[in-house]
Amino acid sequence: MKKQKIKKVKPGRLKRRENMMGYVFILPWLIGLFGLVLYPLCQSFKYSLNRIVMNPVLGRVMTFQGIDNFRKIFLEDPDFIVQLQGYLWQTLLAVPVIVAFALILAIMLNGNIRLKGFFRLIFFLPVIIASGPVMNQLIGQGAASIPMMNVQMITGVFGSFLPKVVADAVTNVFSNIIMFLWYSGVQILIFLAALQKIDSSLYEAAKIDGGSAWECFWKITIPTIKPMMLLNAVYTVIFMSNIETNGIITLIKTRMFSSGMSGGYGYASAMAWCYSIVVTLIVVVFAAVLMGRKDIYERRARKHRREMRKQQRLAKKFRRRGARNERRNAKKAKKAA
Amino acid sequence: MKDATLKKQKKQPNRLSYKGAWKDRLRKFVFGSKEKEGAGKQTVVYILLISIGFVYLYPLLYMISRSFMTVSDLLDSSIQWLPTEFYTDNYKNAARAMDFWKTFKDSVMVAGIPTLINVVICAIVGYGFARYNFPGKKILMGLLIFSFILPPQITMMPTYVFYTDMETWVKETFKLENFQMIGSLKSFTLPAILGQGLKSQIFILIFWQFFRQVPQALIEAAKIDGAGHFKSFARIAIPSAAPAILVVFLFSIVWYWNESYLTQLYVVGTTQDAVSSLSTLVVSLSTFETSYASAASQSGGQMVSINENIKMAGTMLSILPLLIMYFVLQRQFVESVDRTGITGE
Repeated sequence: MKKQKIKKVKPGRLKRRENMMGYVFILPWLIGLFGLVLYPLCQSFKYSLNRIVMNPVLGRVMTFQGIDNFRKIFLEDPDFIVQLQGYLWQTLLAVPVIVAFALILAIMLNGNIRLKGFFRLIFFLPVIIASGPVMNQLIGQGAASIPMMNVQMITGVFGSFLPKVVADAVTNVFSNIIMFLWYSGVQILIFLAALQKIDSSLYEAAKIDGGSAWECFWKITIPTIKPMMLLNAVYTVIFMSNIETNGIITLIKTRMFSSGMSGGYGYASAMAWCYSIVVTLIVVVFAAVLMGRKDIYERRARKHRREMRKQQRLAKKFRRRGARNERRNAKKAKKAA
Repeated sequence: MKDATLKKQKKQPNRLSYKGAWKDRLRKFVFGSKEKEGAGKQTVVYILLISIGFVYLYPLLYMISRSFMTVSDLLDSSIQWLPTEFYTDNYKNAARAMDFWKTFKDSVMVAGIPTLINVVICAIVGYGFARYNFPGKKILMGLLIFSFILPPQITMMPTYVFYTDMETWVKETFKLENFQMIGSLKSFTLPAILGQGLKSQIFILIFWQFFRQVPQALIEAAKIDGAGHFKSFARIAIPSAAPAILVVFLFSIVWYWNESYLTQLYVVGTTQDAVSSLSTLVVSLSTFETSYASAASQSGGQMVSINENIKMAGTMLSILPLLIMYFVLQRQFVESVDRTGITGE
């Protein structure tokens, strides 16, 4: 008998024509995507390979320079590399701190406590007021560090064994710890909403099987809210890369309007490209870390399967060897006979 | 005989009968059992929450207390939190330097108009993504998320050039001398109309998530009754999306209000030839020191020279409108994330 192919059900012509209406609805966004995102992206790449000078008579004058802008950024610019490294370490350090902190707070708020609304009100408050200039003012006043905390000592401890850039980032995070905690307002709410959606019968079943609260946390809560952890990590990276306390974006803007060899649209575009690649890489790193790991049960099952296969192979080997030896013995016996 | 057994039964339930029973009870009281949370654990949670809450509010309290202090209070090391008198001159000076009422009106406009456009456009685009299965939808959704991750700095230079070119083009072709792109609100409204406003991608995703949950049967019923695509959108999808609209409105207004980087570049203008009369409170805070100095020199010695307390008063003034809005609409803000259904159903 011939195998019957299962055909995919294609939408009918009417349905297809109707679906075309989707383009009408997303048309404004589509124009914006091409006009204000993709086209400027290519344009910006073109700029980054050019040197652009503003001339009062001729307007913009572009001269092609190849990768000269990038060479200057990495080899001659005194600020960019320092800022970029600082940003990189700070983000890699602060994002896990923020996400973990938000998770802990969300779990505490999710418990059976009074004044839940009041606490949520406080923890969400920074979302409203955390803008770049306000944060800069607060950092300038030293209001962003906890007064009881001894930052000097922490810096000393970390500075003794870490490279300077990393140690600086650690110091920065600790001395402005309130600022970083302030960035976790939305994340707390997202975790809280996710925690409330977890089926309580899961916990009951675990309890009946003798699971402790600790085990429940690692084997029910964490796997369930893992997608939310990814969402929060990405959100935090984007937020931290766009707020004005981040020195690197201010640097790009200053360079955009400064004249001279290390300035102008071309140079700033090259900087923006480097910066964007770093931001995207950070997002990819967090996505890989949070998406790649499988469930604990899956991991255990896979381990078990691997073990089984190993044993089977071993058993097969023994059997084969046994058969071979038998044959040999039989031959020997024959010879002897 | 019977009496003896009864006595035995009565005696047995007494927990204090065995050795070390009180220890068990204490442990149960503090750490809790599987059925009930212990009092000790509860206390720890409350202490943690209250102390973290204090840490959260600390910069705000610091700001409020500092903004009411006189200069002598600032120098007096015995004064930590409470100022010696109710001193409001800091606020008066800061408000004068920021030109508070005009800047406030500008801020409302700069935050409000793009927000309204954002709500409308993002709702339409989100509906398009949620309702129709057009070819290439997955790729476009991917591009949507990609454009969210992409920092605005990378498209900033070409966009700026594009706006200036557009300015000269419109001036020449339509003979409009006063047309401005950079240094006017148009540079914010145009991206908003094209669905590329500030964090519009998140709002589109929120609407998409929301409209996916609108039952398809409702829309089909409307179709049978003769409603077209736009009518079923306006009459069925929009009225059911009130929570999403509220969330998008609130977040959009907060984010536009707090945006200073792009506002300064596009709306306020940085170069000499493109300076506008618009300014927002947050932007004027970032240039507070220079604007205060110029205001002080104009006032002819009436204003004291700048100090930390005045800076704090200025910071307080720039966040005050949002703070008031937050405390009025607190429920809407705090429950917003639940309502978007961002966590899925």
